[in-house]
Amino acid sequence: MIAFRNHFAYEFKTGLRNSTSLLMNYLFPLGFYAMMGAVMVKINPGFGAVLAPAMILVAVMASTLLGQPGPLVEARDAGIFRSFKINGVPAISILAIPMLTTVFHALIASTIIALTAAPIFDGAAPQNWAMFALLTLVTTLSFGSIGALIGVISNGVRSTVLWSQLIFLPSMLLGGMMMPLDMLPESVRSFSGLLPTTYAMQAFSGLAFNQTTIFNPVVSALVLAGTGLMAFALAVNLFNWDSKNSTHRGHPAMAALVFVPLILGILFA
Amino acid sequence: MEAVVSVKNFRKVYGDFTAVNDISFEVEPGEIFGLLGPNGAGKTSTLECLEGIRRPDGGSLQLLGIDPSREPGKLNSLIGVQLQTSGLPGNMTVEEAMRFFCAYHRVEPRYDLIDRLELGEKRKSQYHQLSTGQQRRLALALAIAHQPQLVILDEPTAGLDVGSRARLHELMQELKSAGTSILLATHDMAEAEKMTDRVAILLRGQVVATGTPRELTATGSGYTKVSVRTENDMLHHNGHIFPGVSQQILKEEYAIYFSKDPGPTVSAVLAYIQNKNDHLIDLRVERPSLEERFLEITENGGAQ
Repeated sequence: MIAFRNHFAYEFKTGLRNSTSLLMNYLFPLGFYAMMGAVMVKINPGFGAVLAPAMILVAVMASTLLGQPGPLVEARDAGIFRSFKINGVPAISILAIPMLTTVFHALIASTIIALTAAPIFDGAAPQNWAMFALLTLVTTLSFGSIGALIGVISNGVRSTVLWSQLIFLPSMLLGGMMMPLDMLPESVRSFSGLLPTTYAMQAFSGLAFNQTTIFNPVVSALVLAGTGLMAFALAVNLFNWDSKNSTHRGHPAMAALVFVPLILGILFA
Repeated sequence: MEAVVSVKNFRKVYGDFTAVNDISFEVEPGEIFGLLGPNGAGKTSTLECLEGIRRPDGGSLQLLGIDPSREPGKLNSLIGVQLQTSGLPGNMTVEEAMRFFCAYHRVEPRYDLIDRLELGEKRKSQYHQLSTGQQRRLALALAIAHQPQLVILDEPTAGLDVGSRARLHELMQELKSAGTSILLATHDMAEAEKMTDRVAILLRGQVVATGTPRELTATGSGYTKVSVRTENDMLHHNGHIFPGVSQQILKEEYAIYFSKDPGPTVSAVLAYIQNKNDHLIDLRVERPSLEERFLEITENGGAQ
């Protein structure tokens, strides 16, 4: 327990000490939120209905997809995990603790957004705060797991940027954050079903804001949670202590299994 | 007494390249054992397999009776390792590192070691702010903080200044006195000669020599170097050969003799100087160093 506490405290501080992590955890998402709240809601008052969940998702994706994987890859390549291994730090701690601290930072940013969206920017307030909090937690944990998986399968920091952007950019455009899902053509909507953001937005809208949704919000929440669990299981399974060690525990292509819950979501949500 | 480290017919292969081929050696309890060899000899591969970081491709490895590839978790509290590339997160402070690793070893943080290794003023400094020498000292402090029975040190003095090196050697001697066994991989022959009880010389993945530094130097060509400097340089004009001398050279102001039998050689040289009314300024009698023996072995491709 002392080891966990020390490790958690160290990783949490890293999220503030490291300028990239600080940018991704707070400066970028909160700055983007302030800009979108001030401008977008005035241009398109309908955006106020999704301001809080959409900006929470931006905060979550920025910290977990853009901020979390890079340090994981850098640490592996610098031989830090080797030091950890010979000193008895378990692989699960190396993956789970940075993920949990990133989730913690994302939750702080999310709380700021949730509490200020309505009073400052006339955004819609959640109808069900408990469900809103639960979904925020599920969303951050799921994206944290995806971030860990990206860190594990990337063979360099450049790859993490590629994989992260492959999820981040389509999510922003097609995940129901910037424009409603029902405005998208049917073919594009199917593609949206491969993005975890879509399920997060559908779950938030249906369960926390009591809005009508295209996908079943309960199934959407389950798909999101399932994707997170699958991503974390794959990250643990594919984890490598050392980039120079050719003994891989599994082929990185196995990471594609993370799409299984999302494909099931397209079929059943 | 059971060996602390037992390596039997160990092999390590990377693709088509055999890094270590069928080597065997043992480290006895309480001794400092040196693993010597040029770059690419297989030292680090051997250590990494012993540490459980890599898996061996043949033979058997035992540390304190435990197979590191099968039960690496059991070894964590029993061994301390200072890696050649000691990776710590760049933004981790010295104090945090001590707290972090001691917590995983389930011992109280050893801040005294931070002071002992002259890092007291750097307690709040982040790892990337430390000099190479300070990083190495921190790695050593972390390796011994949990009082392991065996310490594995991979090039511990690389990048250290003379003072730090001497203090690190002092600490190694203290560990030895406390009964800790040390497996030391080094390029530094002077360090190996001074610090180790026994050494194994690795060359192209094979052990080509083992023994105490004294035994190894004695089994070489066996020549003792007698260097003499006189006031009038009479030895520089000397044509005749002194007893026991097989080779003589002039280097700067010294006449240097390589002798199989240094006693008669020195007596004859001193008598000669006296006969020529010359005066002795400096006389040095040096047995071959481990470095010279090491170079002899490596230049002969491992043939002794």
